[in-house]
Amino acid sequence: MKAPRFLYVRVASLVEALEVLAEYGDEASVLAGGQSLMPTLNMRLSSPKVLVDINRIDDLKGISLDGNMVRVGALSRHADVMTSPIVVEHLPLIAQAYPFVAHAAVRNRGTFGGSVALADPASEMPACVLALNATLVLDSKAGGRRNVAASDYFKGLYETERRDDELLIEARIPIKAAGEVSAFGELSRRHGDFALAGVAMHGTVANGVITGLRPVYFGSEDRPVLGVATAAAVEGKGATEETFAAVNVALGNDLDPLSNFHADAATRLQLARVLTKRALTSMVNGGGVV
Amino acid sequence: MADTGNEIIFEQSGSYVGRTLSRPGARRSVMGRGRYTDDIQVARTLHAAFLRSPYAHARILNIDTTAAAAMPGVTRIVTGRELAEHVEPWHGILSSFVGMKSAIQHAMAVDRACWQGEPVAIVVAETRALAEDAVELIEVQWEELTPVVDKETALDAGSPVIHPEMGDNLALRQDIDNGDVDAAFAAADHIIEDSFEFGRHTAVSLESRILVADFDPSTERLTIHTSSQVPHMIKTVFAKLLRMPEHNVRIIAPDVGGSFGLKIHTFGDEVATAALSMILKRPVKFIADRLESFVSDIHAREHRVRGRLALNKDGDILAADIDDLTGVGPYSAYPRTSVFEAVQVINITGGPYKHKNYRAKATVVYLNKVPMSQYRAVGHPIGITVFESLLDQAAVVTGLDPVDIRRRNFMPDDGYPAVTPAGLPANDLSHEACLESLIKRMDYDGLRREQAELREKGIYRGIGLAAFIKGTAPSPVGYYGAGRAPIAAQDATTVSLEPSGAVLCLVGVTEQGQGADTVMAQIAATAIGVPIENVRVISGDTDAVPYGGGTYASRATGIGGEATFQAGRALRAEILRIAGVLLQSEPSTLEVFGGNVVDAANHANIRVTLAEIGRIGHFQLGELPNDVQPELSQTRHFRVKDVPYIYTNGIHGAYVELDPETGFLKLLKHWIVEDCGRVINPNLADEQVRGGAVQGLGGALFEHCIYDDNGQMINATMADYLTPMAGDMPDIDVAHIQTPTSASELGAKGVGESGVGGAPAAVLNAVNDAMMPFQRHITAQPITPQSILKALGKI
Ligand SMILES: Cc1cc2nc3c(=O)[nH]c(=O)nc-3n(C[C@H](O)[C@H](O)[C@H](O)COP(=O)(O)OP(=O)(O)OC[C@H]3O[C@@H](n4cnc5c(N)ncnc54)[C@H](O)[C@@H]3O)c2cc1C
Repeated sequence: MKAPRFLYVRVASLVEALEVLAEYGDEASVLAGGQSLMPTLNMRLSSPKVLVDINRIDDLKGISLDGNMVRVGALSRHADVMTSPIVVEHLPLIAQAYPFVAHAAVRNRGTFGGSVALADPASEMPACVLALNATLVLDSKAGGRRNVAASDYFKGLYETERRDDELLIEARIPIKAAGEVSAFGELSRRHGDFALAGVAMHGTVANGVITGLRPVYFGSEDRPVLGVATAAAVEGKGATEETFAAVNVALGNDLDPLSNFHADAATRLQLARVLTKRALTSMVNGGGVV
Repeated sequence: MADTGNEIIFEQSGSYVGRTLSRPGARRSVMGRGRYTDDIQVARTLHAAFLRSPYAHARILNIDTTAAAAMPGVTRIVTGRELAEHVEPWHGILSSFVGMKSAIQHAMAVDRACWQGEPVAIVVAETRALAEDAVELIEVQWEELTPVVDKETALDAGSPVIHPEMGDNLALRQDIDNGDVDAAFAAADHIIEDSFEFGRHTAVSLESRILVADFDPSTERLTIHTSSQVPHMIKTVFAKLLRMPEHNVRIIAPDVGGSFGLKIHTFGDEVATAALSMILKRPVKFIADRLESFVSDIHAREHRVRGRLALNKDGDILAADIDDLTGVGPYSAYPRTSVFEAVQVINITGGPYKHKNYRAKATVVYLNKVPMSQYRAVGHPIGITVFESLLDQAAVVTGLDPVDIRRRNFMPDDGYPAVTPAGLPANDLSHEACLESLIKRMDYDGLRREQAELREKGIYRGIGLAAFIKGTAPSPVGYYGAGRAPIAAQDATTVSLEPSGAVLCLVGVTEQGQGADTVMAQIAATAIGVPIENVRVISGDTDAVPYGGGTYASRATGIGGEATFQAGRALRAEILRIAGVLLQSEPSTLEVFGGNVVDAANHANIRVTLAEIGRIGHFQLGELPNDVQPELSQTRHFRVKDVPYIYTNGIHGAYVELDPETGFLKLLKHWIVEDCGRVINPNLADEQVRGGAVQGLGGALFEHCIYDDNGQMINATMADYLTPMAGDMPDIDVAHIQTPTSASELGAKGVGESGVGGAPAAVLNAVNDAMMPFQRHITAQPITPQSILKALGKI
């Protein structure tokens, strides 16, 4: 378990990072927290020619409130995002989800942007940015800055809209508006493991009636999946047995879970149904972790 | 227990026996001063990496090492065929397993690889990274062969045969048939019948296998620093395989970061590393990384057991009938074999109970998977789970509470010596006392009430019990001795009084991080009568300590502890003899206490210090008459006699909560009461039991070497092979009943495996108890959310 040889470039600025990425393209890998990249190198699952260490680019760090938006810099460490007062107040879904991301040691080093860039299908932050309708900001020397809606960003297993010469700069996430509620649920074999099933949902609740729900499922398919049929089944409804029955049917249409040795498709679908029921019940009671 | 008069020694104020003392080894580890094999720097060391078979079964048509050998930094590449010139192959059979077969195994595959992970070529280079780069450049032409991966079909007529010269894939069939089982079943009011599946596990010691082999051509000595439980056995085995005079091999085991039975076997990659040191005349180091550990460390526990239980209407067990099928690797491990686990399963199943009609069959077949062999509590989790689960089903049909059916059928505490259903001698056990203690500690009746109340609210909790016997401290009449294996059943300790009055204690048993050195110091200090601070224990160096079996089968304290006790008593007697001469007193009027010779009558009056005895005994011998020669070093050996094992016993209780919608479990609490005889260090004994329980719970719920149809282990990483984590474990309450063994004066039995054996059965029974309202149950481990949802009919 020794990494193959690679060149290492520690860039001092965004411009420099984009230069190196432009030069090496798919032969380069960005090194952020290294919590996912280093194991794949040591296991010789990938062998990039160049590692571009972005840890010294201060422009990529920090969490700030910008009007109706929270900007989370790609290099923000998981631990900092999790405990940020801005996030806790304005992005309760992300605060709810974070205790499920790995363990404290990994969260100290791993980054928000690394999670979103990697797009692990069982990962929490990709699901959250999709549920919250975030915008992801990419930058490159050739194409310059561009904004990509989270709903256009996740393409497949570890595949995203990001080109090899692009760097993920930040996520711009709409803050919770009055009447909006979030709920989060995840089931994994051990605490901190990747999810067998998980749901991150956000929507509006008034008098026990849910509207505009965005339920996103992770640990199910090759990418986070927005439950479109499920949202429709819930629209204008409360958390009742009747709704749950409709949701169970809708989820069967929304999801086509992958099977692996941790759990088969039927198990994952069952878990998603239970989590959805519990999350909806939580939504009408103010939201939270289920 | 024989009255040896030792109680007085253990009870007196200077005794360290029965006291929790902090472990000096723990202090070293915490301060970062531990010295593991990887910390040992030998000048001019080269580093080894292995090319391993990517296939479960494949012929090697050609190996081209040209490109790899040309890489800068690469010193030597040797293939399995080339290595076979330098290393004897081995044959993992023992004559004590009558009819056993195995193929001859080479250190590395010669013309055929028989499991995914089998070493095929060794690269030695300036660094490990370079060695791994070179491994990637070796070109092997493979011809894939059909692997045998399913134990259920491995003996079918149409099955491929892994080693054609053996005729079939059978390793061993072994039977027990005691009493009249058929008549008992014919007369039974109730018959319980079920089938159980157990997934493969592996040990996952925190420190992986490692060695630095250092051949010195000037002395022709081979020194091997390695993480081992059994340095003397490794010395004997390596000398034989490497064609060395045994006295020219020295094994040093420094700190060992966990072993669990993993580090008592012969591994081809380790033998190859030592051979390369001899070929290159330079130190060579190999450390198994996590990925190769999964496919080269021994595996264990893959079994399918069918069991039947016959009972009368009152709930008395009339007979048991067990059929165990296990699939080991392509070769039987050396020198302990790979059949012992199945033999242990049939030996201990139903061991706590008094039925005499017992039939059992063990069938061991070879598979193209990683070799299986001994792993902590060999076979016990399987046999205990089978019987205790059948017994809980019997409780249901007879209308008895699980506690009552056990009470009714246990061997009585006042009934020893006795014989177990398998026909093994049992002594000094305490099933009844352990059960009564357990239900009190659990507040069993209170838990049952709570369970009933919560069920009304839709909360499903379950309570599970599992009683066990555990074979510890094996004697030479057991399988290894009878089978002529180079495995010492005896152990020895040398204690020496130094000129300073301090004591040096050289022990054959080894420290694995479990605290054996501390326990030996406590015993020596107590037996001699010196402050423990004045005792230094040395272990793990075959050039320094007496030849012994090392640490396995919960034997360190039971056997090594008794040797230490006897050596200590002998040194004490010698000190008193010398003191008697110096003081012109009867030795019987003197005693060694607190590091001084005192008046036996009051222990207060210091007559002469041990430093004075040490000074005279080593330097000023002229102060003694010519006919008095002090023998200030004493060695004593000890083996268990007559019986194969010192059996221990105990019982586990588990309390779990089941979410029937998700199949998820919450382990609420776990209790264990066990009887390891005299407890030397309560804290260390508790932690052995607790750590073992965690390992057992891991096996019951998480750990699983998962194979596909091609014989590929598909979850061979720490991300996918799930080990138990502290945060997922319940509080584990541990207590001891102490019935000293009559096999020794110290009275200590083994404790290291009592946590592992019973935990899986207790948790399975608890899960099934929680599922009782749904009238469903499960019998396969690991227990997963998916298996529970399936059993409940949710998916
Ligand atoms: C034991 C363990 C448990 C874990 N459990 C979880 C879990 O439960 N949930 C979870 O979500 N994650 C989990 N992780 C992963 C962890 O959250 C990682 O930190 C995260 O997935 C990647 O972030 P990183 O900063 O470490 O990225 P790195 O490992 O440095 O990089 C990951 C990938 O993203 C790319 N990348 C990183 N930053 C950028 C950027 N700004 N622009 C473009 N590309 C970029 C890299 O090139 C690389 O391909 C776990 C990790 C470990 C070791």
